[in-house]
Amino acid sequence: MALNIKQTAVAGTMESSDVMVTVKPAEGQGLVIHLQSNVLTTFGDQIRATVQEVFSDFGIRDAEVFLVDKGAIDCVIRARVQAAICRASGEGFNWKGEDK
Amino acid sequence: MGKIALKRTSLYASGASPVNLLQARFYNEDCLVYDLEDSVPVQEKDAARLLVYNLVKYQRPVGKYVIIRVNGIYSEYIDEDLEAAVRACPDAIRIPKVEHAYEVQKIAKRISEIEKAAGIEEGSIELWCNIESYLGVLNAREIAESDPRVVALALGAEDFTASMKAARTKASLEIFYARNAILMACRAAGVEAIDAVFSDINDVEGLKEDVKLTRNLGFDGKTVVHPRQVDVVNAAFTPSKKEINYALRVLAAVEEGKRQHKGAVTLGGDMIDKPMELRAQTTLAQARAAGINV
Amino acid sequence: MINAVGRELPEKIGNYVVKPFMGIGKAVDDLPPVVSKRRPSLRPESGTKLLPTLEDAIKACGLKDGMTISFHHCFREGDMVIGQVLTAIRGLGIKNLRFAPSAVVNIKNPSVTEFVKDGTITNIEASGIRGELGDAVIDGLMENPVILRPHGSRPRAIESGDLMIDVAFLGASAADEYGNATGQIGPNACGSMGYAFVDAHNAGKVVIVTDNLVDYPCAPISISQQYVDYVVKVDQAGDPAKIGAGAARITKNPRDLMIAKRTVDVIAASRMFRQGFSFQTGAGAIAIACTNFLSERMEEAGITASFALGGIPAAIIDMYKKGQVRVVACSQSFDAVAAKAIVECPGVIEIDNAVYSNMYSKGCMLDKLNFGVLGALEVDTDFNINILTGSSGEMMGGLGGGPDVADGADISIVTLPVVRGRTPSIVPKVFTCCTPGTSVAVVVTEAGVALNPKHKYYEELKEDLTAANVKLVDIQDLCELARSIVGTPKPIECTDKIVAVVEYRDGTVIDVIRQIKR
Repeated sequence: MALNIKQTAVAGTMESSDVMVTVKPAEGQGLVIHLQSNVLTTFGDQIRATVQEVFSDFGIRDAEVFLVDKGAIDCVIRARVQAAICRASGEGFNWKGEDK
Repeated sequence: MGKIALKRTSLYASGASPVNLLQARFYNEDCLVYDLEDSVPVQEKDAARLLVYNLVKYQRPVGKYVIIRVNGIYSEYIDEDLEAAVRACPDAIRIPKVEHAYEVQKIAKRISEIEKAAGIEEGSIELWCNIESYLGVLNAREIAESDPRVVALALGAEDFTASMKAARTKASLEIFYARNAILMACRAAGVEAIDAVFSDINDVEGLKEDVKLTRNLGFDGKTVVHPRQVDVVNAAFTPSKKEINYALRVLAAVEEGKRQHKGAVTLGGDMIDKPMELRAQTTLAQARAAGINV
Repeated sequence: MINAVGRELPEKIGNYVVKPFMGIGKAVDDLPPVVSKRRPSLRPESGTKLLPTLEDAIKACGLKDGMTISFHHCFREGDMVIGQVLTAIRGLGIKNLRFAPSAVVNIKNPSVTEFVKDGTITNIEASGIRGELGDAVIDGLMENPVILRPHGSRPRAIESGDLMIDVAFLGASAADEYGNATGQIGPNACGSMGYAFVDAHNAGKVVIVTDNLVDYPCAPISISQQYVDYVVKVDQAGDPAKIGAGAARITKNPRDLMIAKRTVDVIAASRMFRQGFSFQTGAGAIAIACTNFLSERMEEAGITASFALGGIPAAIIDMYKKGQVRVVACSQSFDAVAAKAIVECPGVIEIDNAVYSNMYSKGCMLDKLNFGVLGALEVDTDFNINILTGSSGEMMGGLGGGPDVADGADISIVTLPVVRGRTPSIVPKVFTCCTPGTSVAVVVTEAGVALNPKHKYYEELKEDLTAANVKLVDIQDLCELARSIVGTPKPIECTDKIVAVVEYRDGTVIDVIRQIKR
């Protein structure tokens, strides 16, 4: 079941080891990622890949994502993107989807 | 008593802060409590739940007893907290403000359902019940015996004293009865007893005094709210030479009994039962954790 | 060619002939006489060395295109001398200078970068370049590579002729018109002028720049009139608010406190922790916390130290005042308390940086040091240390005395967290090798203490730490832990252009820094 990004939503903070994720509707534009990070050179590609993976898990094709990363590790990025998507879609997280 | 796992210290880390959650594993606490309740503001409950779930799933600290504290049984968050917490597979889920056995049974049933749905071994997740009111204290024994998942009861002194209309003082006479009541309930049920937080994080001497009482009363551990309290509390739970020697003699007697295929083992005329054996093992585990060669 | 820490080096970089690092103590054993540009000079006809402006002093010194100028960094971030002197030099149209301060502090308005961009400066030799200048250099701003030397190597380079200084401009918080100068008194006191001595003794011309002209003779005297050619009074030489900035913070971070506590556990467990021991802890957040814990442990053990060494913060002055340290030897003073203490306390003394750290002398104080606590950006599984470049290859620090202390102290302890944000600190191979691993005894992190099996005190330390129940971990495990938390960073890509040469304390090349590919 694919979710719809209905509104702009934010999750995360600007604290060290966190990432602030803003998700915006972007009908028909695909997934547009704007990434600002203090580890851009070394982890930029991995961060983008994680963001893409989370969106594809949710079945979302179109959205504009802004990330201000302060050195968040992969699973923190994952959690923050998931939270931002849930907030932007107004839907709760599908926990059953985690069961393999 | 279940498996041997030290529970001298359980340190809370706020589910609202990645940096706290990540660093908490490096202090010497035995149990790390990922908190979704009091340390998380209302508007961040959803994000904290996802954060804790992902961190426990992908960055679980090795060699640590991992606990997730969910929101209250009657809060709007409890259902989703359980969905997340069970799927994260912690060693235990800690339930705040427990007052009745049926509350625990209801939670335990829900956990079983989620375990089943998620393909997790049923019954593998233990329960810690926070006792934080006079009703909780009065019903402590039933709560401790309410479900096989329950392995520990923990006193929450601030809420308890509020419910009693009592003042909270450093001398802690106002919680003396509650401490003993919980201890007796735990001993009767064969679960562990965890003492309340000492809240003045800057008063090291006060903490030392307080934890001395914690240990003398018989508690198995203490909840701590700041990393700097961990070493002090762990140190207080370091067994004395006498205790270590007694534990060694108990275990030696048990071994000897096994070799001779005896049903009942005695030491100096006293019967050694299973809880005594487990306590002896815990004593040695505490000694080893403190770096003592036994 | 490949040096002893496995770094690939060219034979030559421009005019710079590379002498590869061969291992500690393996450098040239031929020790020629000390060279110096200092020459005798007759007493000034006017009867005074005071000149009205910096321009006058620059002209009087005969500063010309291509010459070498030097400064000390005792005012740290509060330095106001470098900016004023460089502005005056630019005004006179002098270009292509070699800029050789003891360290490039991060001064702004003007920043040193401006003088590189306009051609006033074409070469830099220092212990570190950070901030805006560091970023620009690593992006290939300069044609000639920056030469980075640890504190102990600078006096060596000057006295061996590797670094010949034409004019030294030495800031002082008090001076008389005949050139006696000090940093210990005056409204902008910086404390020890440890980094100015070697320049005063060996530069062709020496100019004292002060904002506080006192009656002759100035007392105390740090730099003596016999070395000084000219004196110039400016409105301000230092900003006291910034002199103590950047150092001496008391941390509340529980992780840093734990690392500090573990570090002191290591020190207290060692058999060298006994009456009359010596230590150096430095200025970082963890270092200051170490000092406080160390003071407690000494009290418990009922012992006192013979001396504390190096850059000194208030925390060590407190220990002196409690009678816990007999002598505090300051090559630098990190804050106002430490700056004032040299005048107030007989056992708190100003020492020449060469006395502190120069291995090519008849003995430096580091030779007598038991414990040295160091910070680092990265440590690798061979215990090599990086204190220069950050996670993306950017310039983050300076060599300072790190390589000297690691080698000089009996037991050198590197303190750092396993990860900082998403940046691993324990890595398979440091990006820039500044200190060879063989000189590092212990690494202390929040995740445990790792001993270097190749260190000369390994067996002794292992025995002492095991007896004291200090839990030891393998450096490989720390490296693996860091990786398991943050993942594997993508390697930083560089061009072939070498932007900085990293010298070891013996003057050989331990590593080079290449331009980052953008």
